[in-house]
Amino acid sequence: MEMSRPNEPTINTTNIKSAKQLSQYALLLILTLLVLGPFLLGLWTSLMPTADISKGALWSKNISLDNYVTAIKTTPILRYLLNSLVISTVTMLFQVLLCSMSAYAFVFLKFKYRKQLFMLFLMTMMLPFEAEVIPNFSTVRSMGLLNHYAAMVIPFLTAAFGTFMLRQAFMQMPTELKEAADIEGLSHWQFYWHLALPYTKVTLMTLAAYSFLSSWNQYLWPMLTTFSDNFRPVQDGLRQLQGQESFNNWGMIQASAAIVVIPTLIILFVGQHYFKAGLNEGAVK
Amino acid sequence: MTITLNQLSKTYEESAQPVLKEVSVQINDGEFFVIVGPSGCGKSTLLRMIAGLTSISDGKLTINGKLANQVPPKDRALSMVFQSYALFPFMTVAENVGFGLKSRKLPSSEINHRVDDALAMVNLSDLRDRKPKELSGGQRQRVALARAIASEAKICLMDEPLSNLDAQLRAKMRIELKQLQRNLGLTVIYVTHDQVEAMTMADRVMVLNDQRVQQIDTPINLYQRPNNAFVAQFFGTPQINLLKANVAERELVIDSALHLPMTKTQINNSKVLVGIRPADVRIQIGSRGANARVATVSYLGNQSVITAVLNDSQTIRIVADSQLQIAADDLIKIIGVEDFHIFDINSQKLIGSQKGDVSDARVAATEF
Amino acid sequence: MLESLPQNSNLQDPDVQSALVQITTSARWRKDSLYVTLFLGPSLLLLSVFVFWPMIKTLYLSLFLTDNLGHASVFVGLSNYVNLFKDPAYLSSLGATLLYVIAVSVLTIVLGMLLAVAAQQHLQGIRFFRTIFSSTMGISVSVAAIFWLFAFNPSVGVFAQISQVLHLPEINWLADPHFALLAVIITTVWMNLGFTFLILFGALQQLPSSLFEAAKIAGVNKTTQFFKISLPLISPTLFFVLVVTLIDAFKSFGLIDLMTVGGPNNATNLLVYRVYQDAFLNGNYGLASTESVILTVIIAIITLLQFKLLGKRVNY
Repeated sequence: MEMSRPNEPTINTTNIKSAKQLSQYALLLILTLLVLGPFLLGLWTSLMPTADISKGALWSKNISLDNYVTAIKTTPILRYLLNSLVISTVTMLFQVLLCSMSAYAFVFLKFKYRKQLFMLFLMTMMLPFEAEVIPNFSTVRSMGLLNHYAAMVIPFLTAAFGTFMLRQAFMQMPTELKEAADIEGLSHWQFYWHLALPYTKVTLMTLAAYSFLSSWNQYLWPMLTTFSDNFRPVQDGLRQLQGQESFNNWGMIQASAAIVVIPTLIILFVGQHYFKAGLNEGAVK
Repeated sequence: MTITLNQLSKTYEESAQPVLKEVSVQINDGEFFVIVGPSGCGKSTLLRMIAGLTSISDGKLTINGKLANQVPPKDRALSMVFQSYALFPFMTVAENVGFGLKSRKLPSSEINHRVDDALAMVNLSDLRDRKPKELSGGQRQRVALARAIASEAKICLMDEPLSNLDAQLRAKMRIELKQLQRNLGLTVIYVTHDQVEAMTMADRVMVLNDQRVQQIDTPINLYQRPNNAFVAQFFGTPQINLLKANVAERELVIDSALHLPMTKTQINNSKVLVGIRPADVRIQIGSRGANARVATVSYLGNQSVITAVLNDSQTIRIVADSQLQIAADDLIKIIGVEDFHIFDINSQKLIGSQKGDVSDARVAATEF
Repeated sequence: MLESLPQNSNLQDPDVQSALVQITTSARWRKDSLYVTLFLGPSLLLLSVFVFWPMIKTLYLSLFLTDNLGHASVFVGLSNYVNLFKDPAYLSSLGATLLYVIAVSVLTIVLGMLLAVAAQQHLQGIRFFRTIFSSTMGISVSVAAIFWLFAFNPSVGVFAQISQVLHLPEINWLADPHFALLAVIITTVWMNLGFTFLILFGALQQLPSSLFEAAKIAGVNKTTQFFKISLPLISPTLFFVLVVTLIDAFKSFGLIDLMTVGGPNNATNLLVYRVYQDAFLNGNYGLASTESVILTVIIAIITLLQFKLLGKRVNY
């Protein structure tokens, strides 16, 4: 049909097509606004003087980074960031190490009660940490770890979820790789360190990103165990600021929030590729 | 480097059913020894028992006169090539070839030297810095071979190393593998399910089925003197015909219109299986005195494979010259059979065979 | 080890042989158990101290009245449990939690699905939108709370300004017992969207395109394609997302503390917040332990359900 009458139908279809595309873009834009709205609003007001914000204005003549300067100069926001960075990085490194080691044991080592022990690990996934804060608090207190990085790191050095995830990854390694290594005489440590870990790099990265973000997002536990700005991580630090400076200095609060959100957004966008692959694997398996 | 298997058996802990029963054989220095059988016959398990990857439930394994049952794999002085090649995706070709040597803590000059030589031997020197995923299937296979060569072990175990390659490449690699084995003087134990691989490469073949050794012999003997119906059926394409027959006086009665005279053999059974290779059947075309009807004809170039239905509805495969003008539903006359084997109908064991002369099939009646 | 033995020794003697076998096996066993200790030991120790022991301790404490240092003082059996289920405040807290959990889960999945479907379009710049849609995953709880506290603020917030422009009655979101929970729900859903989108989007992308080509040829329209093909096929993923969202919602604490502090009038006093209040503000550790046990039971049931259903695979 288009061949016989080349003009009209082609124009019509392109019109229909572009109208359809337009509506699709419109939908995407609305959704973007919905998702980004609060974030953009916060980011925008962080550039406005608090005086203007308090009037309920959404526009100001004095757009500047002043709020950021004030936040950095007058509040321990950078110290909070550093604390969180230390806590999350150490937690992440240990979780990747210890989870991969225990996962390795469950896949490649043969020992008595292996199945039962793994069930025990699985069981811990059912027990929410939030429901165990009372005894854990006494434990940490009796160890003298209160108000220190150690209190926020040690209970999270390993995780059943990570062990489970890496066990799946190790089980997907072809058995012939292990057999080849056995013939060459590699010890378990050599196989684990030089072969199994590089082989499961994607899953390790996923777990790393996951454990970093979960540690970064911890709120209740640091709130119970830290009392000073020297060790307080950002989540609880922001609450502190919000409480002290009260609602009045909105511009600075928003600037602090923006400073805090940047590292995690970077991690997310850099790690997105791994995240997608790893999470989907975990979701379907 | 001789390897002796003495009554080796394997039973997994989870099940009472053994997967291998009493396998015995001596594999000689420099021999190309093939273990062949259908999937699930235990051939890979047997190879892994020799390698030390799977424990031995019962029996003795000696390597070069020393009991090896409990020797860990790395101390058995052997190398292994796997079906999936077992290459590490994050290592280059050269690293894959050298990783075993490195873990054995050889000096790096020695490692480089061996890796270079091994890669040269399989023509992969130019690709030494590639990753496995950048290689073709055939090239990956060569990397796996190079790894085995670099280990300098005199025994090499191969677990279906060619089964992931396409047909043409497989044929080429068969020849290369065999040459390599000869040049390096390796003792190779090679597992495959492919009878052609077994026949073309092996000095000797072990046929496994139903957890047991069926026969250990040279390829020629396996074809010409199969121990039982299974071995007869396993080798040769198209497959050997196994026809039920009654034994009359000095005659095998396959059906009313097809009798085979027995000139050299004498048996006591009254019912037997007769094994006839399709190429050993002689036929004539035409309805006069016909004793079979053609069902299908497959043209294979210089030959055609004909399936025909006998008078009593047994099917027989025949290889004939493709010049022969023949089509489905034609009537043919089986006029003679060159060689045949006679198997016990119950135990399937060989009880007699007749070779050499064309035995004229006697046509009892013209019922077609 | 065996190779160093003289070859002509009495190796043929079956007794000697089995003895040898035993020696080498136990040597190997010892070596392996060294590795087991090395590889599994640290994790096992940590889990014992910080998960298993606390669980037992919590169960134990839930049967006692405690002093204000958290030591068990008077054994009361199950009366903590009985009292809790008679306490209207706790029951209303349980009710608010259920309402919160259900609303969050439903809204998260519906909106996440909407984003995932919208992001399937083959348009220019679609990758940009996909990145945006997953971005709330990188926003932590306190940051989200600040953004939304501002939005809900009765004098400067957008919601207040919009209702002013439209002459709608003013709502003081966080101070009004009828709306505070809704405000927390909205914020939670927003935070969940990034993760949910990413998972659902990935699942949709992995569906084989031949299915949709076949449907197209058969003349099936897009809506039917979605409900009859996509949805049933991604049901395992959907179920996974549901469980994760449910469990996360039951464990909510941060947003409550940051936005409403459990108020107004206990309208947002969800289960975990109650545990925190009873234990660390009121010093009633026995009661708080009882509440913890109830929370654990709820989450354990959901997880078990997940294991069981995922075992069977949810399809159709």
